[in-house]
Amino acid sequence: MPLSETIRTALRALNARRLRSLLTVLGILIGITAVMLTVGLGQGAQTAITGQINSLGSNLIVVSPSFQSSSSGIRGGGTAATTLTLADVEMLNQKSIVPDASAVAPVSSTSATLVHLSTNWTSTVVGTTPEWASVRAQKLETGRFFSAADLNNNAPVAVIGSTVATQLFSTSSPIGSTIRIGTEDFAVIGVLAATGTSSFIDQDNQVVVPLTTYQGRLAPSATAGSLTAVYVQASSAKTLSAAYSEVQNALLNAHRVTSANQDFTVSTNASLVGVATTLTNVLTALLGGIAGISLLVGAIGVMNIMLVSVSERVREIGLRKALGATPAVIRRQFLVEAAILGLLGGLLGVGLGMLGALALTPVLQIPVEISWTATALALTVSLAIGVLAGVYPASRAARLAPIDALRSE
Amino acid sequence: MTSVLTTTDAATTASAPLISMTDVCKTYEAGEIKVDALSEVNLTVGGGDYVAIMGPSGSGKSTLMHILGCLDVPTSGRYLLNGTDVSAMNEKQLAHVRNAEIGFVFQQFNLLASETALRNVELPLMYAGVRPAERHQRALEALDRVGLADRVKHRPGELSGGQQQRVSVARALVTNPALLLADEPTGNLDSVSTKDVLNLLDELHGQGRTIVLITHEHDVAARAARVTKIMDGRLSEGGF
Repeated sequence: MPLSETIRTALRALNARRLRSLLTVLGILIGITAVMLTVGLGQGAQTAITGQINSLGSNLIVVSPSFQSSSSGIRGGGTAATTLTLADVEMLNQKSIVPDASAVAPVSSTSATLVHLSTNWTSTVVGTTPEWASVRAQKLETGRFFSAADLNNNAPVAVIGSTVATQLFSTSSPIGSTIRIGTEDFAVIGVLAATGTSSFIDQDNQVVVPLTTYQGRLAPSATAGSLTAVYVQASSAKTLSAAYSEVQNALLNAHRVTSANQDFTVSTNASLVGVATTLTNVLTALLGGIAGISLLVGAIGVMNIMLVSVSERVREIGLRKALGATPAVIRRQFLVEAAILGLLGGLLGVGLGMLGALALTPVLQIPVEISWTATALALTVSLAIGVLAGVYPASRAARLAPIDALRSE
Repeated sequence: MTSVLTTTDAATTASAPLISMTDVCKTYEAGEIKVDALSEVNLTVGGGDYVAIMGPSGSGKSTLMHILGCLDVPTSGRYLLNGTDVSAMNEKQLAHVRNAEIGFVFQQFNLLASETALRNVELPLMYAGVRPAERHQRALEALDRVGLADRVKHRPGELSGGQQQRVSVARALVTNPALLLADEPTGNLDSVSTKDVLNLLDELHGQGRTIVLITHEHDVAARAARVTKIMDGRLSEGGF
């Protein structure tokens, strides 16, 4: 008997028990939807985090002071923050020491209250050099970034993030206006373009001023000479790991420490992405595993229903055998029935998963990504579940002796 | 009565008989206890015969019907159906023999409730691997033959008992089998439908069909050309 006949016979049998078939399908449907959504959420979160890390700047190496105490145990608290200085920046800027770096930007930052007319807003104030804009891949919406001249002149100028612009100026143009940061007045010369990736790190809520001005007028006195971080941009993705080693070794030599007691941390986007990927993978596996259990329950449901179906249809099986159906034909009919239940659950589950992804993305603010690979995999798995759950019931049906089957009332 | 043939060597027909059972025994084992359902049964049925097998319940007539219908195999002895030894066949081979050689008419009709009369009649042809178009045509002809041409799209629940049994006769005829095996075909029918179905069997016999009818009712058995009685698993020569 050709497979198309078997499929048609199986569809008729399932259609004759519509409600039960649908309830069985529901088990698989829920399982597949749950797995697709959790895995999609994990993949979406991973993409979002990776995107945000990369939006911090391309081929970026971040050097930050480490609060780890040295072997002598003396260092700690306020002094730890002074481990990264402008002397380090000058050294890292030398081509002979870090040949694979294309730009270096020191950063010192603090939190401050901004005032424009009668409006207040608390934000992060960043003191840095003109290289910062390119190293951090920041573009300007309007106005200009501060120049080397501004840096040298301790100019009281500020470039504000888009969130700050909205909060302080709402719709009017901030360029040329004066804002008060702490006790000092600054002229606004530019507005940064919104990066739009605000759910993890808010890059739009900041004010950027020349480092010299920052250190002279804004920095808390205890930390005036220290830096919060130094950003080093490698000349290309290929030289990133070489630049990383160069920075690491240069700082170890300059600070006269070993890797065991180093007072700074060097990290790259790649290492951050690696950590984030590991983290989201673990979360995805965990959630996907929990969702997978519901799929397993669905599979048991299919098997259960197929077993009930076999015992209910003993007479039908006997009749089909009397009319010439071989055990193989009977086995195939029940296998195909189970496979259809599984596949139907998979198809509906994928559909619901896609709808769920569309509905959840704006709510969670993380894109729920349903990939074609995941879809194909879900359909394959649901079909396999159907077939596997059908094996035992189908072989029981095939083994029924026709006379016992016909005799049953 | 016509001659009653209980041994193969008594066969007088020139060609090989359709059914030839020699010393067929069937023993069921229930733990320690052995039950002989059939003991040394010898039965010959020629082509075109209409034989009734009569016996009370527990006489072994169901077991005999199962073996005749290739639904079960004998414990010992030989059973030739249409010249083929079916006594030691496996499930798959038996399924093919049932499909090709035997048309069943059951007491319970055994129609698929969710399918139309037409689909029910098509079923044996589907297992025979006949293509849908031809299957459809032949099923229509068979239903026409039993007088149900206007009921082909009805489901069993929409038909009377007599009509349902006629559908199952059509299903038995549709493969054009060598043997029509009817097991208490009127057991679930009222007297009008009973007469109706028995007349149909008479007609089919008149057209040369070989029919074996299993019953416990005298007046049903009386329609057959030949009656064989079964008692305690043994056949005895016929008459009333």
